[in-house]
Amino acid sequence: MTYREAATKALVDAMRADENVVLFGEDVGIAGGVFKVTPGLYEEFGGSRVRDTPISEQAFIGAALGAAITGLRPIAELMFADFIPVAMDQIVNQIAKYRYMSGGQFVVPLTIRAAQGAGAGFGTQHSQCAESWLMNIPGLRIVVPGTVADMYGLLRSAIEENNPVIVLEHKVLYNFAEDVPDQLTHVPIGKAIVRRVGKDVTVVATQLVMQRSLEAAEILAQEGIDVEVIDLRTMAPLDEGTILTSLAKTHRLIVVEEAPHAGGWGGDIVSMAADKGIYWLDAPVKRVNMGGALVAYSPPLEDEVVPNVKRISQAIRDLMSE
Amino acid sequence: MAEVTQVMPLAMETRQHVLKQMMEIRAAEERIQGLFLENLIRGTTHLCIGQEACSAGVAAILEPGDTVTCTYRGHGHAIAMGMSLKAMIAEMMGKASGACKGKGGSMHMTDASLGLLGANAIVGAQLPIAVGAALTAQVKKTRSIAVTFFGEGASNIGAFHEALNLAAVWKLPVLFICENNRYGEYSPMHTTTPVANIADRAASYGMPGIIVDGQDVETVYHEVRAAADRARNGEGPVLIELKTYRFRGHSRTDQAPYRPEGELEEWLKRDPIVILKARMIADGQIDETEYEELRGAIERNIHDVVEWAKAEPFPALETLYQDIYYEG
Repeated sequence: MTYREAATKALVDAMRADENVVLFGEDVGIAGGVFKVTPGLYEEFGGSRVRDTPISEQAFIGAALGAAITGLRPIAELMFADFIPVAMDQIVNQIAKYRYMSGGQFVVPLTIRAAQGAGAGFGTQHSQCAESWLMNIPGLRIVVPGTVADMYGLLRSAIEENNPVIVLEHKVLYNFAEDVPDQLTHVPIGKAIVRRVGKDVTVVATQLVMQRSLEAAEILAQEGIDVEVIDLRTMAPLDEGTILTSLAKTHRLIVVEEAPHAGGWGGDIVSMAADKGIYWLDAPVKRVNMGGALVAYSPPLEDEVVPNVKRISQAIRDLMSE
Repeated sequence: MAEVTQVMPLAMETRQHVLKQMMEIRAAEERIQGLFLENLIRGTTHLCIGQEACSAGVAAILEPGDTVTCTYRGHGHAIAMGMSLKAMIAEMMGKASGACKGKGGSMHMTDASLGLLGANAIVGAQLPIAVGAALTAQVKKTRSIAVTFFGEGASNIGAFHEALNLAAVWKLPVLFICENNRYGEYSPMHTTTPVANIADRAASYGMPGIIVDGQDVETVYHEVRAAADRARNGEGPVLIELKTYRFRGHSRTDQAPYRPEGELEEWLKRDPIVILKARMIADGQIDETEYEELRGAIERNIHDVVEWAKAEPFPALETLYQDIYYEG
């Protein structure tokens, strides 16, 4: 099964399970979605529950909020995550705060899906990752599936969650295929997972760079470096325990993020390690990320900006020699 | 004595109801301004004095299940929807017993149990939210409608255009109610808006746009009622422009020096309370003595509510971290 098929299956299963689940976004209906995640849904569930919207992100993201607080469980597809800023007022000032500023009068069970990440040649305005923008907003849950089973399981959990959840799907992973169990299950929000057990150094990563970190770990195993790779899976709330448990064992930490350095989520991991894990550390904490660069269009430039296997491997080697 | 103008009269009980509501809104707003000047209400307040017929006339046509989103000039909407005055005043004073437990304040009057889905402090943001509430009504086939109030200034923000467009293409049961009080903050409408009537903008979205005398609560009632019936029957949204006037400044201590001389005085002649009162006196439904008795009772009640709210406790500090997420 592919990551894309897992997303489709999660949507179909959720809509079959609960008639209050509705789906809307640009071209998600008859066209089946720009990323082809929603084919067949319009045909199965009809035009009342599966709707194409105008190119009006403010309106349909705000409508998701209005629908959520009046009894539906909407899923809004924002297409490219780069379009999140177009709807930022509704996300920051409305969706995230509606429960709080009403003193808890509302439950806001809505899901926003968006495809993020570089590596597909879409250029600067169609290739960004959005989690660091959103993590500064209390009131949101943010999940970042990095495997096929997680794509299914996190999306199911997001749709059933009684809080707003932003599901950031990595567009380069849509064709990523893995064997999965016959019975896919929900993946809990707020739990990281150790993808590869190791004893020498902890790598914390997500999505595409998590997959690349796993590749780097196999290369480094040949060199006698035993890398533990943690997939965060949820950015908000962060699962600090899984990271600290690993750090207590390995004593070394590298954060690999597909994001610019300044204000990037890696800083939160480093801060947490400095606060709660500093006595376990045998070496400085390192971050591998995009530095101060933007995503460029040209293939060699785009390949360079996102941490690749070579950069990740070298950063781990350097840290082991500290 | 105000001139008695003629429209199709509402039933006497409805007239009594909306007159009392407009008087309650007026009296509450006057007192709220006082509380602000006494520093018992912090930040800012936006008063709707002069616009009471908009709130009272619209709220009077609502049915259980209907929803409202509105603006930070929303005390009148909340009172007209039947929100507890105690919960409102306590909220503005930041007290634990406030409608929003002291987390909202003057600009966020909300009572989900009444369908009041919230006043909003971001201009225009409440329109898309109402579109979503109307979507629920359509999907669940409830015959409920969503109403959203906004000012003429909000018709220049993108959310207005996106919301009207989306509501029209989905044919949703939503009433877009523009209270055109002629000023966006301190700017007269003609300096920011190239059309004379906000209702004209409805044509771009293929929906009816109607202009209504927002000072006449009976006219407001009839026109909004007709639009609501249309929406309930699945015929889609309507943009209703209520021509009204803000008797006070934009907020806080704004004395509105930007108004042309004589403009306020002209509009004061069209005070919505005076207009309805004059008709009711002409029809023998109230006399001056009864009116003054009613006003006294309203003011005494507000006084009692304020004294009660003053004595209420502030929220416990640990509540700062509550209600961010639904736990469960």
